[in-house]
Amino acid sequence: MPGPIGLLIWFLGTALELSFVVCSLARKSFLHYLFLNLYMLFSLVGSISRFLVLRNFGQDSDEYMYCYYYTDLVLTLALFVAVISLYSRVLGELKLKQFMNLVAGLLLLGTTIFSYAVVDHSSGRLSTALAFELSQNLYFVGLILTYILWGAVMKLRETRTRVVQFVLSLGLYFSAYAAVYALVNMSKAVGNVQYITPILGCLLPLSWTLTMVRHSEESRLATAQLVAVQR
Amino acid sequence: MMAALIFVVSLATLFMFFISYCRSMVASAAQHELSEEVRDVTGINPVASARDYDRVMQLMQLCPENPDDRSRLRAVDLYFSFLKMGQQIFRRMVPSMKSWTEHEQASCAYYAAVALDRRISFNREMLAQQSEP
Repeated sequence: MPGPIGLLIWFLGTALELSFVVCSLARKSFLHYLFLNLYMLFSLVGSISRFLVLRNFGQDSDEYMYCYYYTDLVLTLALFVAVISLYSRVLGELKLKQFMNLVAGLLLLGTTIFSYAVVDHSSGRLSTALAFELSQNLYFVGLILTYILWGAVMKLRETRTRVVQFVLSLGLYFSAYAAVYALVNMSKAVGNVQYITPILGCLLPLSWTLTMVRHSEESRLATAQLVAVQR
Repeated sequence: MMAALIFVVSLATLFMFFISYCRSMVASAAQHELSEEVRDVTGINPVASARDYDRVMQLMQLCPENPDDRSRLRAVDLYFSFLKMGQQIFRRMVPSMKSWTEHEQASCAYYAAVALDRRISFNREMLAQQSEP
C-alpha cells in the first residue's frame, strides 16, 4: 500500500475528477463537453480499480502492474479522443470534422505501429512493454496535437474562455506528463518520480474544474492578449 | 535517443503553455476597471508598473482572504517570480527581454490590484450580511 502522502494524492485526484463531472452537470455543460466528462469518468473508474487492485495484491504484484499500465493506456486513448473533440469544437465552423477524424485515426494507428516496432525486439513481456511505450508515445502525440490545436486557437482567434483554458490546461498536462515519461524511460528510476505523476494527474481535473466553475459558456477572452509578443 | 528528444520538446512546450496559461489569467483582469479607492491606495492610475506588484501584494495581506482568488493569485505570483528570475538571467544576453518582462510584470500588478478590489468588495458584502438583523 502507498504511504499516507500517496493515499492523500490519490484521494485528492479522485475527488477532483468527480468534482469536474459534478460541476459540468451542475452548470448544464455535461453534454456540451461530453468527451472531457467521459475522460474524467474513465479516470475515476481507473483510479478506483487501481486502488482496489493495489489493496488486494500489493504494489509489486504483476496484477497491479498490468492494471496500472492498461488503465493508463485506456485513459491516454480517452484523452486523445477528448483532444479530438476540442479540435472539432475549434474547427467546427470550417467543416473539417470528417478530415479531423481521419487524421486522428491514422495518427493512432501510426503511433501503435511505431510503438510495436520499438518494443518488438525488447526482451520481457511484450504486452506490458507495448502498453508503456504506446502510452509514452501517445502522450507525445497528444502534446503535438495540443500544440497544433493551440496554434489553431490563436490563428482562428477563438474567444471562448472555457475552450482556451481547457486547451491550455491540456497542453500543460501533456507536456509535463510526456517529460516525466521520457525521464523515466531514460533513467529507469521510477522510484524517484513516484509522487510526480499522481500530482500531475491532479492538475488537469483541478484546472478544468476551476474553468468550469469560474467561466460560463458565454465568457469571452481576447486571444490577442495571449500572444507572447504583441503585434 | 527518442526519449531524450521527447524530454527536450516536452520541456519547451511546458514552458510555452505555462506562459500562455498565466497570460490567459492575467488577461481576464485587463478589462476590469479599478475602483477609485484601490487606485488611490495602490497608486495605479490608470496603468500599473512592475514596481507596483510588491506594494499591492503587501496590501493584499492586510485584507482578509477571498477563497475564490487564492489559487489564481498563487499562479500569478509564481509567474511574477519566474519573470523576475528570467529578467535577471537574460538581461545581458537579450536586452529586449527587459521591456517585455516589465510589461508582463505590470500586467501581474494590475491583476493583483483587481484581486485586491474584489477582496475588498467581498469583505464589504460579508460585513453587510453579518450586520443585517
